[in-house]
Amino acid sequence: MTTLIYDGSWFGLLCCIFDIYEYKLGAVSVSTPERYQPDAFSAPREVHTDTQHAARVSKGLLKNVSAKAYADLYACFLSELPEVPALIVRYARAVFSEKLSETAFGNPDVLRVTQISKMVSRERHRMKAFIRFQLTADNIYFAEVEPDFNVLPLIMGHFKNRYADQEWIIFDKKRQYGIYYDLQRVEEVQFTFSEGKSNPNAFAESEALYQNMWKDYFKHVSIDSRKNTALHLRHVPKRYWKHLIEKQVY
Amino acid sequence: MSERVREKLRILADAAKYDVSCASSGSRRKNTNKGLGDTGSGICHTYTSDGRCVSLLKILLTNFCIYDCAYCVTRKSNDIERTAFTVKEVVDLTINFYRRNYIEGLFLSSGIFKNADYTMERLVRVAKELRLQHKFNGYIHLKTIPGASDELMKEAGLYADRLSVNIEIPTESGLKLLAPDKNRQDMIRPMNYLKHEIIQNKEERKLFKKSPLFVPAGQSSQMIIGATKETDKDIMYTADSMYRNFSLKRVYYSGYVPISNDSRLPMLNTAVPMVRENRLYQADWLMRFYGFNVRELLNPATPHLDLDIDPKLGWALRNLNQFPIDINRADLQLILRVPGIGLHSAQKMVAARKFQRLNWDHLKKLGVALNRARYFITCNSRDFERRNLSATQIKQFILASSSSKYLKSQPAQLELFT
Repeated sequence: MTTLIYDGSWFGLLCCIFDIYEYKLGAVSVSTPERYQPDAFSAPREVHTDTQHAARVSKGLLKNVSAKAYADLYACFLSELPEVPALIVRYARAVFSEKLSETAFGNPDVLRVTQISKMVSRERHRMKAFIRFQLTADNIYFAEVEPDFNVLPLIMGHFKNRYADQEWIIFDKKRQYGIYYDLQRVEEVQFTFSEGKSNPNAFAESEALYQNMWKDYFKHVSIDSRKNTALHLRHVPKRYWKHLIEKQVY
Repeated sequence: MSERVREKLRILADAAKYDVSCASSGSRRKNTNKGLGDTGSGICHTYTSDGRCVSLLKILLTNFCIYDCAYCVTRKSNDIERTAFTVKEVVDLTINFYRRNYIEGLFLSSGIFKNADYTMERLVRVAKELRLQHKFNGYIHLKTIPGASDELMKEAGLYADRLSVNIEIPTESGLKLLAPDKNRQDMIRPMNYLKHEIIQNKEERKLFKKSPLFVPAGQSSQMIIGATKETDKDIMYTADSMYRNFSLKRVYYSGYVPISNDSRLPMLNTAVPMVRENRLYQADWLMRFYGFNVRELLNPATPHLDLDIDPKLGWALRNLNQFPIDINRADLQLILRVPGIGLHSAQKMVAARKFQRLNWDHLKKLGVALNRARYFITCNSRDFERRNLSATQIKQFILASSSSKYLKSQPAQLELFT
């Protein structure tokens, strides 16, 4: 048994698959330097991330599965669930060696990949819905989020198309990085927030007014005689309330 | 200034909330002009405390109205505060809400002031200003005002993604009773006109790629449920004929919320018929996605849908002779008719069985509700329902093994003779 240690990136994971075939490895497990714990029964092996190797693997995968299935694998990767790297490696090996079909839903790995990618896709969709921009004094629309999965790479295109004529930043507080659109392209950015009190003049003058109007609107479209809290909570789970304007008190 | 707009927003959002449609899908208006907005498959940005989706800024332009429809809050005889937005105010609100990612677009409806054309013209002006002056590519849903001229409707179609006329009361006699100054023909006519225009535009776009979009997300309509005495059969037959005759994208069913102590209507504080509304939506889905004909679900022998079980299960129990079916062999169309199997799991099953024969374990993992489905299917297992159960027995078993979201107290007494 070999434990492959990769750098935690998507390309790194693809290189694990490359090395399995290049060096004819048998049973493997995958780990990252942070997670790896030596044990008596397996030998560690470092995987060097080489973009050309990764490109060969993704090309090979795309020859055998549809673009949709490939995107599902990438979505699984973004879920950051501990089971996922091993799942992706197993899936890829079965695709290459056993001609596993992406629609063989009786196979537990195929089913699991579609299930996890569905979870990620739900989170991606929620972020498209629940992101709330606030207009800052320097005319940038700023939003802070804490998604369950690392979905910012999946929503970039959506926001770029939608808000083509305004500068915006979406900041993932949990993973401490953001994406910034400068009217031309979207870039990944890092921030350091200064400690202490938040600056009351950070936001545009009109911002409070529109937030209040949105709260007014939210309150007044609800029909009291149809109140259904269980349904409300199912659609808007409490963990998202923190960043939803309409869920804050006036 | 801003306080006045806030006040108007409160009043006119309140008046618009009984319109249930909040879809923002079906249109593919892409942001090609480096403008604002891009419309795709629809997003619900939040949900109200009654669990309904908020996707669009849904407001009335005004709640002044010359009509006196008994079921409507803005009816002429109702003593409420009246106000009206200016075109600029609506445009400003829409743009600023959209930029903050609160909404997918605008749903603009209106009470009728002066006459149909006068009102319609103002609705069109809002849409036109958003599209042309602000390069807005978000979703716009406009109400077509019955009786408005063809030219105005045509213009509305060029700027809006969806147009709708609410049929409100499923039967003509009901409409006579509750809204004596309205007539059915006035509501049908715009639907018919728009249907032909939409077809014509589709043909044009095949020939000329550049010809403008015309109501890309189609038409929809809405019926109020439980305000008059109609049966589920009346409602669904009307819906079915609207789907077929006017190619509507959606028909919405809105449980009547008591708002008046008019003797023609259910009394104030009567419960909103939410379960019935849910069953009607389920039947609607069976018609549109599961290949059911409305006559299989509702007919003179069964004029109402069961409230305690879903319409598909109801149909299956009346047609036990069609079961069991073998899910490893049967066509997709047949699998879709099994209670407890949804569209996606049916499709997955049909894909998966090419590679291996499926057993109960697979079905469970694929997401089938086996507590309902097991009485109607066989699979790759020697274990299946062998007892010769009657419809009533199956129904009792299923009800005993599940708890309804709606029925707080289950009926205690079992039916002895059915």
